[in-house]
Amino acid sequence: MGGSEIIVQIKGLSKRFPGVMALSNVDLELKRGEIHGLMGENGAGKSTLIKVLTGLYSRDAGEIFLENEPFELHSPEEAPTFGISTVYQEINLIPALSVAENIYIGREPTRFGRIDWKSITARAKKAIKKLDLDIDVTLPVSSFSVAIQQLVAITRALDISGKVLVLDEPTSSLDTAEVEQLFSVMRKLKDDGIAILFITHFIDQAYEITDRITVLRNGELVGQFETEKLPRIELIAKMLGRDVTESQGESGTASGTETIKEKEVFYQIRGMERQGSISAFDLDICTGEVLGLAGLLGSGRTEIARLLFGIDRPQKGETRLEGSAVSISSPRKAIGHYFGFCPEDRKTEGIISDLTVRENIILAIQARNGIFNIIPRKKQDEIVNKFIKALDIKTPGAEQIVNNLSGGNQQKVIIARWLASNPKFLILDEPTRGIDVGAKAEIQKLIKSLSREEGMAILFISSELEEVIRCSDRVAVLRDRNKLAELTGDQIEENAIMHIIASEDVQ
Amino acid sequence: MSAPRIINENFQRLLWPLVALGLILLFNFLFTPGFINLEIKDGHLFGSMIDILNRGAPVMLLSIGMTLVFATGGIDLSVGAVIAISGALAATIIRPDYVKGVLEYGELRPLLVVVSIPLIVSIIAGLWNGMLVAYVGIQPIIATLILMVAGRGIAQLITKGQIVVFIHEPFQFIGSGFLFGLPFPISIVLFMCAIAYFLTRKTALGMFIEAVGANPVASRFMGVRERWIKISVYMFCGLCSGIAGLIICADIKAADANNAGFLLELDAIASVIIGGTMWGGRYTILGSIIGTLIIQSLTTTILTRGIAPEITLVFKAVVIICVALVQSENFRQIFSSRLAKLKAR
Amino acid sequence: MKLRLNQKNIPILATIAVFILIYMVGSIMYSGFFSLRVFTNLFIDNAFAGVIAVGMTFVIISGGIDLSVGSVVAFVGVLTAKLIHVYHVHPLAVMLIALLFGAVFGFSMGCLIHFFDLPPFLVTLVGYFLARGLAFLISLDAIPIKHPLVDKIVDFGIPLGFRAWLPAVGIIFIIIVLLGIYLSHFTKFGRNVYAIGGNEHSAILMGLPVGRTKVLVYTLNSALCALAGLVYSLYTLSGYPLACVGLELDVIAAVVIGGTLLAGGAGYVEGTLIGVLILGLIQTFITFQGTLSSWWTMIVIGILLFIFILLQRYLSSTSFTTKRQKIKKMVEIQSA
Repeated sequence: MGGSEIIVQIKGLSKRFPGVMALSNVDLELKRGEIHGLMGENGAGKSTLIKVLTGLYSRDAGEIFLENEPFELHSPEEAPTFGISTVYQEINLIPALSVAENIYIGREPTRFGRIDWKSITARAKKAIKKLDLDIDVTLPVSSFSVAIQQLVAITRALDISGKVLVLDEPTSSLDTAEVEQLFSVMRKLKDDGIAILFITHFIDQAYEITDRITVLRNGELVGQFETEKLPRIELIAKMLGRDVTESQGESGTASGTETIKEKEVFYQIRGMERQGSISAFDLDICTGEVLGLAGLLGSGRTEIARLLFGIDRPQKGETRLEGSAVSISSPRKAIGHYFGFCPEDRKTEGIISDLTVRENIILAIQARNGIFNIIPRKKQDEIVNKFIKALDIKTPGAEQIVNNLSGGNQQKVIIARWLASNPKFLILDEPTRGIDVGAKAEIQKLIKSLSREEGMAILFISSELEEVIRCSDRVAVLRDRNKLAELTGDQIEENAIMHIIASEDVQ
Repeated sequence: MSAPRIINENFQRLLWPLVALGLILLFNFLFTPGFINLEIKDGHLFGSMIDILNRGAPVMLLSIGMTLVFATGGIDLSVGAVIAISGALAATIIRPDYVKGVLEYGELRPLLVVVSIPLIVSIIAGLWNGMLVAYVGIQPIIATLILMVAGRGIAQLITKGQIVVFIHEPFQFIGSGFLFGLPFPISIVLFMCAIAYFLTRKTALGMFIEAVGANPVASRFMGVRERWIKISVYMFCGLCSGIAGLIICADIKAADANNAGFLLELDAIASVIIGGTMWGGRYTILGSIIGTLIIQSLTTTILTRGIAPEITLVFKAVVIICVALVQSENFRQIFSSRLAKLKAR
Repeated sequence: MKLRLNQKNIPILATIAVFILIYMVGSIMYSGFFSLRVFTNLFIDNAFAGVIAVGMTFVIISGGIDLSVGSVVAFVGVLTAKLIHVYHVHPLAVMLIALLFGAVFGFSMGCLIHFFDLPPFLVTLVGYFLARGLAFLISLDAIPIKHPLVDKIVDFGIPLGFRAWLPAVGIIFIIIVLLGIYLSHFTKFGRNVYAIGGNEHSAILMGLPVGRTKVLVYTLNSALCALAGLVYSLYTLSGYPLACVGLELDVIAAVVIGGTLLAGGAGYVEGTLIGVLILGLIQTFITFQGTLSSWWTMIVIGILLFIFILLQRYLSSTSFTTKRQKIKKMVEIQSA
């Protein structure tokens, strides 16, 4: 087990950004020679915590102690001098430079004023051996797989300083064998007395490698637990902010006790998979039905959405649309079949910030019409005003630049855009994230009425479990890029979903 | 929203360029004798201001095409080379045997042939640029650099390195004729402006161009055909360069492959930047025209002061860097924080 | 340093191949092509372009570009001529002034690029206008240079036998190339330039002095342009404000053909040297050919540029990298 000496102590840490409290009174304790997991859903505050610890942000309140001394960083370059190194999810190395050079750049050993390459190669070899790795350090780092690159990044971090190693979602791009390789390196480092803070959203991995886990939720500390003593179902419940009860909890109100009608399958997917993204899954999208995707961050929900809308291409899979075989290979094709997609990242993929509300709303239908078949201005105004009213979009006018709207209203603009195109199938990826309670409720109501009254097929993705339960007729449960199960009608309820996610027999 | 508000917004964007132009014209009005004099001779309009419009016509054409390319987030460095190719083709069609040393004229080539072949080739040049950018995925600066380097060589090849002089009255009209009292090049500019306006504002093309430039990912997710749009703007830019090349060639009654269109690409880029088009997003063709007018009238002002015209280069440099700084986020932040500190005192 | 067949080295191998190819074809077709005199002329005629190309290599590797080089050369040429010929300032002092001007000019551009986040092509475009305009401000016509020290420098040279000799300009070129090679391989500055061009964001996170290096790169480049301006005025014995128009394109072409990636992050000064020699070789070839006119040079350079850009694009494309990833993984699994 881990050593007993506490090396990093965080007490009452708070950090505020305009409009949001990213961290509120958070404690964290890191011991030498331990692997400490940091977990939480979106907006939990994990990355903010790391950025404060490593000097990218300053804190508003609270104290940090490093080896019992008060500790404050003013810039990330100072971190290594105190022994704290971070390896981020995007490999921060220079691809064209060699492994050895990546380890030593910025602090190359010199001889008579010139860089001593022999020394660099020799020392890099030694450093990389510490991780039980045997590679040619003179090759460019890009000639190795992502997993090896990550280990090189870790080598650099440790060579600079070796007290605390922060790993930010290191396993997202690794396959099973590579994860094992990383873990054996982590165990070795742990034995050498290094404290490792391991941020992850993979439940299985957390249980495999960590000694203790700290869970954050909405910027607050939920608790610190010893991994061995924390049942999976409890971990999931704490991450989702739910309570675990053995008896039947709140049941889904979507279908209640109604008999499940025979639904018409609009879009059928069999055996679709994409390497590194999602493993083979089947899905039925039915008219007049809301299909919810439930799962934790990183479980593959957005990946499914992107595959269905033609943004990503699968390696395998058969798809049938209204009975006939079809291949949706691009967003344009999807739109041609009357699909719509509200992306998760609304700022970079959803709205065009510099254009007006009107343009953002009618662009999709205009694109379907083509260049020459322009929608007359009067008709544009008609459509736009109709939806501004219907969705209660708060804007001074249709010619307002959409960048000036609040997040919630921007989301409504995106929804309006797709509603204007009369879709048969609408994909909503986190449509209520970052939106005020009132707008949230409106959108949830809208989703239900669209499927009930207009017969639209809807795929609804949300990290908030109660929202998924409330709005969906059917729920598919995902975890770690696998589709585990589907629930319908009465089966849809919190405990059931959480138990499925927590279950250990998978794949 | 209502029409007055739209006009108001467009007007706001054009405000600074208009003010700058106004200042230059005012300066000339006050200090240059005879600046605003217009006289009518033989039913043709003459005067300093007409001169500015006439001399600036080729660059105005270039800036129309460059505006659309800029709006998609790209750039076209090859416009000068296309001008050279266009003029070279026109001259050689008129006198194909000149390069072999035959000085007599054959039959008069039909104007349609003389004009259409260079324009078709110019559009193909634009297609080439567009394909490199949209399909091969090369950065626009680099993709158009290739034609910029090779294009002049191709133009020289066509004229076999000679300056091909010619007489072809119908063709010369393009450079020195008059239509409704105005020099013909000005009419061409007005015509192309109208075409650009109709093509982009009376169809959805304008909106697509701005969408693709402002956010290519979101545009793709909405089904906008990014590749087609990009290829189209480069082809249009090629066409504009081709027309500009014909005007220049008709004006000097010769094809000078070495010097035709020289450095004009930089003037075009300067015009677009000064005119306020965003690099990737909202564009204003009117703004670019005003930008060209600013540059052209600056040149004329300096000429009439007796200073060598090459000194305008310094002015262009200063103006571009000021405009770019003002648009730069960092500069605005530093500037506004200084301003705030001053106010706080 | 071992030579490996990977993404970084394929471009320079292609460059060497092109160089050898042209040399072979020329030698076979024309007698006198394969002579020491022709070879040394490559260094002499392209000396000033070569000096700039060394600086441009660093700029492009850092991920930027510099369009002002031709104008700076012209300005320095005119300034030098005016100071020596009209104001009778001693050439050595003039040289110092010229280099200082170059450094300040480049420093200003570098600061604008880094601190205000303005695109390099825009800032150096402004530099292009500014330097050229300032050149005209000094003089509208060519100014001759006549000074005993200048004559001495022009006459100075190293005899190489076989009726060939290497004059001062050639020596300067070779020294700068060697300096560039040293900087790029053996100094932290040089390696930082590679890092910034490779992935600027990572370089910042790794704690490298990104701002300082970027500003220094442009300072160095313009200082080298000033040196090239001095070399050019020695070569032509005059200062001419219209000199070197379009030179920036030739220099960029030489750097790209020399194997430097336009996107930044990879390239060798050695490659640029060969790129410059290739440009000179093409010109020599066409001169020897006699009937082909000099504009063919532009076309051939354009074609070469196109081929090399396509090659670079292919090497960095995702299909190429995923193929390599698959091979890498297969190899790793086998050796595990």
